[in-house]
Amino acid sequence: MAEKVLELKNLQAYYRHLKGDVKAVDGIDLTVNRGEIMGVAGESGCGKSTLAYTLINAPAHLKHMGGEAYLNGKEIMSMSSGEFRKLRLQNISLIPQYALDAFSPTKKIKTHIRDLVRQHGVSPNDEFMEKVKDRLKIVNLDPSVLSRYAMELSGGMKQRVIMTISSVLDPDFLIADEITSALDVTSQRFVANMLVNLRDKEIIGSAIFITHDLAIMYQIASRIMVMYAGHLAEVGPAEEIMHNPKHPYTEALISSLPRVGIQHTDTRLHGIEGTPPDLTEIGPGCRFRFRCSYRTDKCDETPRREQVGERHYTACWNYEQVGSDSNDEQ
Amino acid sequence: MMNSKPQEGLLSVRNLSKIFYSGIINREKTVGAKNVSFDLEPGKIISLIGESGSGKTTVGKLILKLLQPTEGEIYFRGQDITNLTSKKEKKRYYSKVQGVFQDPFSSFNSLFRVDRIFNMIFRIFMPEVGKSEQEDRILEAIREVNLTPDLLEKYPHQLSGGQLQRLLIARALLLDVDVLIADELISMLDASTRMGVLNLLLDICQEKGMAILFITHDLNLGYYLSDTTLIMYEGRLVERGGTRKIYENPVHPYTKMLFESVPGVEERWDRDEDFVPEEIDKIVREFYDNHEGQGFSEVEEAHHVLFSEQKID
Repeated sequence: MAEKVLELKNLQAYYRHLKGDVKAVDGIDLTVNRGEIMGVAGESGCGKSTLAYTLINAPAHLKHMGGEAYLNGKEIMSMSSGEFRKLRLQNISLIPQYALDAFSPTKKIKTHIRDLVRQHGVSPNDEFMEKVKDRLKIVNLDPSVLSRYAMELSGGMKQRVIMTISSVLDPDFLIADEITSALDVTSQRFVANMLVNLRDKEIIGSAIFITHDLAIMYQIASRIMVMYAGHLAEVGPAEEIMHNPKHPYTEALISSLPRVGIQHTDTRLHGIEGTPPDLTEIGPGCRFRFRCSYRTDKCDETPRREQVGERHYTACWNYEQVGSDSNDEQ
Repeated sequence: MMNSKPQEGLLSVRNLSKIFYSGIINREKTVGAKNVSFDLEPGKIISLIGESGSGKTTVGKLILKLLQPTEGEIYFRGQDITNLTSKKEKKRYYSKVQGVFQDPFSSFNSLFRVDRIFNMIFRIFMPEVGKSEQEDRILEAIREVNLTPDLLEKYPHQLSGGQLQRLLIARALLLDVDVLIADELISMLDASTRMGVLNLLLDICQEKGMAILFITHDLNLGYYLSDTTLIMYEGRLVERGGTRKIYENPVHPYTKMLFESVPGVEERWDRDEDFVPEEIDKIVREFYDNHEGQGFSEVEEAHHVLFSEQKID
């Protein structure tokens, strides 16, 4: 059996708000094995970043409402913030969205790294800095960047520095939130491949790769989880999700992607009508039903998770119809 | 396409250059755009593709007269509009050439209701149109972009990005523009809403014969939309030609590398290739050295490639 690094059981995390709770992560089950890169896809507001924040126990207004999360067999949701602090960076590490803009302009890169590891009880001695330099070589950066300021580096270089910093203490689990979004096409490819390299070199155990860009995700993810409005829509091997989706949302999302070889004069691609629901007032039922072309009366009930293939699950009542005839239509 | 005289086309750009200077004592030059030439024809879409810093937005701004070119000319319906100065002439130009930008949230004045923004267009560009006709035309434009009239009574913060982006297009429709400069139009939108906005634009383009310069970094999207593709690198047009020709037979090393990095949905990247973005500068220099003196020349019909660099003065 493959070793489980992360296991989520019916995880729920809501944002507390005077008008009611925003149910941003609502009942997510997920297992990530060692060596896997788990892609998490979805539109803005679907809860994918919230999931990341929940897993590293931040911020304060985000409340864990139920369910469990196990990291290497240890439950982490019930930990006190003091206990959790010891895990961060060493066992579980997050690269937040827009992290590359978060460098202090008045500090050199090496100062950032030293400050950070000191906070985690590691002394930034010469030996440690040598290790950092080796790590920078892996990402094709010259060790001289350590003595530079963030504004002297390009976006792609900053993102690579960020990845080096987040993985410097060899965390078992790395959460990468939209690390490729602010970058150019060529840098995107490099940064995405770097995540795979870190895994191959066993610097990180496994990773969650969060992005709204399914095309990039498909390039590097072993499995993909598609989220919609706080619910899990579909999870499965990357090839299966991209070429044999079993949830109406995944199917519509993938068929709306432009790709080289399709011009508008030959084939018209279609988006999805409507907008995602308001997560404060959402009741039971499938959350995609308002925009779904497969909708039936059954959809007012929250769908069960059905197994449709090896490690491939979908949360749809009508999954058997998905992909059978609609593809020909488009 | 370049055989047509600039006096005859809809919008023609000839040898357009923009050099930015910075510093007072040690004047430093930054090339924003250098020797860019192309023609926009009615009902056609040209995609201008490049990475950040390639000068693609600069070209858009030059055409929209938000920047004054250092060299070169812009022709609109045969008239040289490079040096438009009088307010009246500019207004006439803007009533036919408009831009839509990346961030719809910052394109609207957040203190104004949507209907006020639309009324302003009439006040500025068409003061002769009566009140009731104004309302009719606004409603028609709103309907054309698949929105409901109740949006007119809302403020921008009450609307979603997709709705605002559609309103921007409605605004351009109201003016019945000939040329639309769309700078990263949909990169802020979600995958599911993008296609709605794009298909709308395509329909308008075909029905009204509007020409679009679609500035983007998304190569998949460029292929879907455009008839002609322009690739920019370091402020220069490195490849220009029919979209299919360029995608099937890229010649410039930068274009080739760009296409290799496109994430496809059919197959995965070749992970054995060691891929380092920094090396492209060197490869392009070598390519220019090997083809010295060839300049910007034709490789097949309607497909031009920059073989060697033009000097920057």
